[in-house]
Amino acid sequence: MLFDMMRDPAVLVLGAITLAGCSGFPGLLLRHGPLGQHLAAAAALLSSLLALPSLVYLLVTGQKASFILNWNLPFGPCEIALDPLSLFFLIPIFLVYPAGSLYALGYWPAASRGGSSRSVTFFYGLLAFAMALVVLARNGALFMMAWELMALSGYFLLVTEHREPQVRSAGTVYLVASHLGGAALLVLFASLRGVTGSFELPARGSLLLSQGMAALLFLAAVAGFGSKAGIMPLHLWLPSAHANAPSHVSALLSGVMLKIGIYGLLRVISFFPHPPLWWGALLTAAGLASALMGISIAAAQKDIKRLLAYSSIENLGIVCAGIGVFMLGRGSGDPRLAYLGLAAALFHLLNHAIFKPLLFFCAGSLMHATGTRELDRMGGLAHRMPWTAFFSLCGALAICGLPPFNGFASEMLLYLGFFGEARAGNPYLALGAPVLALVGGVALISFVKLYGIAFLGAPRTGLAARGHEAPFAMLAPMSLLAGLALLGGLFPQLFMSVVNPPLLALDPSSAGRTALPVSPAWFAVAGGSVILLALALFLALRVRGGAAPAPSAPTWGCGYLRPAASMQYTGSSFGYLFGSLAAPLIRLRVGRGGIEGVAPAPARLRYAPEETLLQRLVLPGLSVAGVACAFLRRLQHGEVQIYILYVFVTLICLMLWVH
Amino acid sequence: MIDTLLHMALVLAMPPLLLGVIGKTKAAFAGRVGAPLLQPYYDLSRLMRKGVVISDATTWIFRAGPVATLAAALFAALLVPFGKHPSPLSFEGDMILFAYLFALGRFFTAVAALDTGSAFEGMGAAREVTFSCLAEPALFFALITLTRLSGSMSLTPMLNQVSFSVWIATGASLILLLAGLFVVLLAENCRIPFDDPNTHLELTMIHEVMVLDHSGPYLGCILYGASLKLFLLGALFVNIAVPFASGNAYLDWGLFALSMLLLAVAIGVVESVMARLRLIRVPQLLVAALILTAFSLVLVVR
Repeated sequence: MLFDMMRDPAVLVLGAITLAGCSGFPGLLLRHGPLGQHLAAAAALLSSLLALPSLVYLLVTGQKASFILNWNLPFGPCEIALDPLSLFFLIPIFLVYPAGSLYALGYWPAASRGGSSRSVTFFYGLLAFAMALVVLARNGALFMMAWELMALSGYFLLVTEHREPQVRSAGTVYLVASHLGGAALLVLFASLRGVTGSFELPARGSLLLSQGMAALLFLAAVAGFGSKAGIMPLHLWLPSAHANAPSHVSALLSGVMLKIGIYGLLRVISFFPHPPLWWGALLTAAGLASALMGISIAAAQKDIKRLLAYSSIENLGIVCAGIGVFMLGRGSGDPRLAYLGLAAALFHLLNHAIFKPLLFFCAGSLMHATGTRELDRMGGLAHRMPWTAFFSLCGALAICGLPPFNGFASEMLLYLGFFGEARAGNPYLALGAPVLALVGGVALISFVKLYGIAFLGAPRTGLAARGHEAPFAMLAPMSLLAGLALLGGLFPQLFMSVVNPPLLALDPSSAGRTALPVSPAWFAVAGGSVILLALALFLALRVRGGAAPAPSAPTWGCGYLRPAASMQYTGSSFGYLFGSLAAPLIRLRVGRGGIEGVAPAPARLRYAPEETLLQRLVLPGLSVAGVACAFLRRLQHGEVQIYILYVFVTLICLMLWVH
Repeated sequence: MIDTLLHMALVLAMPPLLLGVIGKTKAAFAGRVGAPLLQPYYDLSRLMRKGVVISDATTWIFRAGPVATLAAALFAALLVPFGKHPSPLSFEGDMILFAYLFALGRFFTAVAALDTGSAFEGMGAAREVTFSCLAEPALFFALITLTRLSGSMSLTPMLNQVSFSVWIATGASLILLLAGLFVVLLAENCRIPFDDPNTHLELTMIHEVMVLDHSGPYLGCILYGASLKLFLLGALFVNIAVPFASGNAYLDWGLFALSMLLLAVAIGVVESVMARLRLIRVPQLLVAALILTAFSLVLVVR
């Protein structure tokens, strides 16, 4: 009996999710030593080994499963279900969560981090569990509970280093933003309950509503899920949150949690049989604006993790634009466009869940080695940490969308969608291609900067000169993700085989076009020949050079006799030229110390990129709101018994209202 | 088969000649005799025989940069049709691969420059990536216009379809498109008015300053790769600008080679009669090119 159940892949997936949720408990009980953390990492790896093959099997064979949990809460039957969309979004969770748990053994070891490692380990597993539960829930009330669990465990992970004031303030901003988004979701699920009469989520295409009601539901979903996915202008919480969390946490937040927002959006869209065209137009415009603005601000950053966080906004923008293109294609009866948009969105989402955690792991290794997040203090680290440098190079190429890595394959699909529209009567959508090209160009600036300034050149400070390579526990997950990034670029059909089932589930009209419009062999041919050609040339030049090492000399200083490492171009100076072009989006505040006279004293230069939207619009608005709502602070006085009274009074009022 | 072989032969042999022709044109304008037409070939063979000095700040990236750039350009060369002959490789979406292979090359050139730790090379890398990100959308606008005109999404049908009748129907749009493409061609290949390949003042250079520390065969790879890039973007330009096809395969090859040489002369003329722009003006000109190509799209939509 038990054995038969164990052979059911759906049960295996549920078991893996439970295992992930419980992985941190032994650590809480075992107060001393690293055993708890090791057990948690082992549980994470085991859960992934159980889940990933079952997920792929369920997706490829097209099986579904659903379970009714027996609960006695007044929210109707509590259903959890594994359908292709849910299964697809479980893959990033079970990819990044075990990788991050393994990485944490080297990055946040219990031996040196003490108590904080226990809580990080516990909440890491809990976050993975909560995200999986969000994806599985088919009941609005259960969804909101899982959502809240996810938001709160994310908060506790984020404030791990709560002794730093900036971490605390980032945590507060995250908590506020996440509850504002949660409020929009409450509106969504309450209205759904109002129109369907139950908290159960409607099946695909089963919700026939008036235009106004549908628009209300859609906008509530965009506000709630869009703020979780970091779509501009709902992204304000994201950069500081992802920058201040420990790196393996950032990897999970950025690589997976943002996608849960996209999942919610797709799920809500799937309720409606005929979404109007303007929904697609809104998502496309918001997505492209988000991509362009996100990467432009990233290019001016000097903090390596902030740069990565802004680049997440860009990538999620591309995903959102893909979803918008899908809806436009469906609305206008163009199955090719719908297929390409959704395939690009889902494929890029999977790709981002590979290369973004990879880059956050690399950033973590850099911080582990140098103790700083500032690019301008690094330099020359490729000599001391060659493996991290190599994996970072793979991640940087992939995230710029360059062949032969996976980012190119997914962006190519979106390009094909845009280019195909050039032949339509009104080729408005074709304008997306130049925007995407611009985004790609700016991404190149950002990641040439990240890679070149951190790893290449001469060490700019003593911190960089003393850097050391990361331990094996950190390198292993990085190598796995880098390998996947290359695999997806050379053989995109492997990834498409898990992208196609959710695609078919969301858009049955795409049945029969589940093949890529361009033969996947071309990706392998192009990528493979470029790699082989480069290797052949490289070796030919090496052989020609003979066995003796080439004579080396200092870098040519253009006639200057005493070049110093501090004279190199820094990350700030590298991004300054583009920053000056993107002045409306980002204000570069450069403070110069006084350089006066013939023989000036040592001077300092301060460089701080500021987001114009935040500084000029949002913060003044918030401070006005703060003054206007000051009277409410009297309600908040820190006396817990009175707070309980509030809850009681609210409950009584609600009961009176209902009767 | 013969077409493919000729294609390969042109890719391998002809690009440095363009540099020679440009040099000769500039010399003629300046009233000098100038270097021989084949000088770039002599330079290449000399560089290939020379030894290498490597900066001690560098890693393997420094050597990989020129090699990866050249490999990407060589593969891109298989995607562009020459003179109304189909390219060796052609598939839906190959123009995107074409543009991204150059981006791959740019990535490697820029990181190889940063690898030396020289302030000037970092400066050049920053300029190269910043200006290119403005040139890229102009190229894509041009490709969209061509897609709309030809109804296909691959370089070979897209470019070979531009015939005399297409010119008569949409001449205004094609002229704007060519003007935009010419600016992109000059900018991407670091010609005057964007960059001066012959200058000796590192502060004002873009591409040449990125390769200051490369020597010997690596510099040879860079030189050949740069001329190949000029050749490929030039072929894109020439395929649109010269809408004739005689029907005789060999005559068409000859016509293509001749048009490429004329393009080199035109570039030489531009280089002779114009001065380098101030760096602050470069983005403005690139945005102008972007708007020109956008206009060409508007004109074909109407």
